[in-house]
Amino acid sequence: MSKQHSDGGWGLVPIQSRAGRFSSFDVADFEPVSGFEAEWKYTPIRELAALMDGPLDGGRYDFAIETGVEDSGGISVDWVERTDSRIGSVGKPEERGSANAWTGFERALVVTVSGDDRAEVALSRTSFGPSARAAHLFIDAQPGSNGVVVLNNSGQAMLSENVEISVAAGAQLTVVSVQEWDHGATHLATHFVRLGKDARLRHVVVSLGGSIVRVNTNAHLAEEGSDVELFGVYFADAGEHFEQQTFVNHDAPHSKSRVSYRGALQGERARAVWIGDVLIRPTAPGTDSYEENRNLLLTEGTRADSVPNLEIETGDIAGAGHASASGRFDDEQLFYLQSRGIPETEARRLVVRGFLASIIQKIGVAAVESRIQDAIEAELLVSTEAVAS
Amino acid sequence: MPLLEIKDLHVSVETEQGTKPILNGVDLTIREGETHAIMGPNGSGKSTLAYTIAGHPKYHVESGSVTLDGEDLLEMTVDARARAGLFLAMQYPVEIPGVTVTNFLRTAKTAVDGQAPAIRGWIKDVKTSMANLRMDTSFADRNVNEGFSGGEKKRHEILQLELLKPRFAILDETDSGLDVDALRVVADGVNRAKEATNLGVLLITHYTRILRYINPDFVHVIVDGRIAEEGGPELADRLEDEGYDRFLTAAKVN
Repeated sequence: MSKQHSDGGWGLVPIQSRAGRFSSFDVADFEPVSGFEAEWKYTPIRELAALMDGPLDGGRYDFAIETGVEDSGGISVDWVERTDSRIGSVGKPEERGSANAWTGFERALVVTVSGDDRAEVALSRTSFGPSARAAHLFIDAQPGSNGVVVLNNSGQAMLSENVEISVAAGAQLTVVSVQEWDHGATHLATHFVRLGKDARLRHVVVSLGGSIVRVNTNAHLAEEGSDVELFGVYFADAGEHFEQQTFVNHDAPHSKSRVSYRGALQGERARAVWIGDVLIRPTAPGTDSYEENRNLLLTEGTRADSVPNLEIETGDIAGAGHASASGRFDDEQLFYLQSRGIPETEARRLVVRGFLASIIQKIGVAAVESRIQDAIEAELLVSTEAVAS
Repeated sequence: MPLLEIKDLHVSVETEQGTKPILNGVDLTIREGETHAIMGPNGSGKSTLAYTIAGHPKYHVESGSVTLDGEDLLEMTVDARARAGLFLAMQYPVEIPGVTVTNFLRTAKTAVDGQAPAIRGWIKDVKTSMANLRMDTSFADRNVNEGFSGGEKKRHEILQLELLKPRFAILDETDSGLDVDALRVVADGVNRAKEATNLGVLLITHYTRILRYINPDFVHVIVDGRIAEEGGPELADRLEDEGYDRFLTAAKVN
């Protein structure tokens, strides 16, 4: 049994390949988090002690299958024991928060997508509550299936969870995770993805509410012709920390990835973090990869960290690129728009909507798209009232 | 008759050295259809006049008034001034991330008119004006001013002037940074707007060059925050020959 190597307390972490990161299902194998680790250096770890170190309640939680989704024939949702053979077939924790959830969950929720006509299901998870919890979700897209799985998260939470997403050969899957938590909620999640031959996944992380929300996604393009899109949209208000780390692991010929995260930040100590790792292994000739992150800073007092990392271990690639930019919406821009007759509220709305639209339009699930638009409108309205009062 | 009236306008800005007066009593009246050129040396207060009328928060009005058809402009928000019929073509228009030219123009048109333009006629108007200003159609999909060259920014300002149809336009050094071909294209746009809507124009410039293409009815020379001399187009010719030296000397003596 191996243990995580200690970095010696010097606050120095050696530069290493993303491939070499320690992993284990058992939290006891991980060193306590110091905050100097590459995966924790931007996160307010002091506020996460309960999720990292404490015992977690890993029992069942309530959820609702939302009405208003299309016919969900071809999709089933069941609780299974943690001994179920699928559990652990996709993911393995690479950091302590994820491992603590893995050690702590008792039963896993499994969403099985089996039909070849596109089917949708939306799970509403509203009652995790404020005590520290662990959860495990497995999304099983069977060969040739076509489905959409939406997670709508709201209410209070102190939650660490792992989500395994298996996309089998020829399957087409869309997964959308919407975080609209109450203020004060904390949510750590790692989504592990494995894509089979010619499998396609569109994965969307939408974070709009919560005090600390960190949703990381590890996508393993394990077989030839697999294709993944990792999209993210976030709107961080005062005091909110929204973080997302994406890892795209190209491990088979002719695989394709697109990563695009965009967010707006507004208010004192609104914070966003994106770390985008892409690894193109020697096993992945003909890879086509691109990742980008863009932030729009609407007010003073906001901060966005954006870190793309690209490792290429083969000379035979179709494309590999990255982009990262953070732009500011300032008083001169506001003056310009107002001088054309556009009122202040409308000016901000115009800028934010325009900025996020290119991602929102790609989600491809109309109900989710309009829900996000509405939520962003509400965020803008609240902040405008706060400014006015 | 629509009237833009500036009376005894005193304006200051906050600097690190304290409050600095820039305009020291400007009087100016512009009627519909008239073109007034405001000329003057650098630092004389030309741009301050433009931005104060438009309502930029950096400038503080100490005293005096600016009215449009008798309505107090200084009491209005920036956007209300635009809806009242005022337009400022800026010398350095800023980039607006995330907002395409198409989206911006339609939103502005809807805001100034109080209702959305009829879609088919609007698209045609935009295309025609862009073609007149020698703007490539790909412009419509770009973000406002993002990556635009100096000349493209100026054309985009005049495009807005043509489409928003204000009653009074202030052109702040629209000629700066333009080669002679671009200057002609932009000047033609201003002249078209004047013809189409009987626009009143306040044309701010350091150089007389643009006045060959946009003919002023009146020329005002501003020095040290005051109108130092006024006249017809012949005053511009005289400045072309003599420059601003005689005004600067006088200002120093004062």
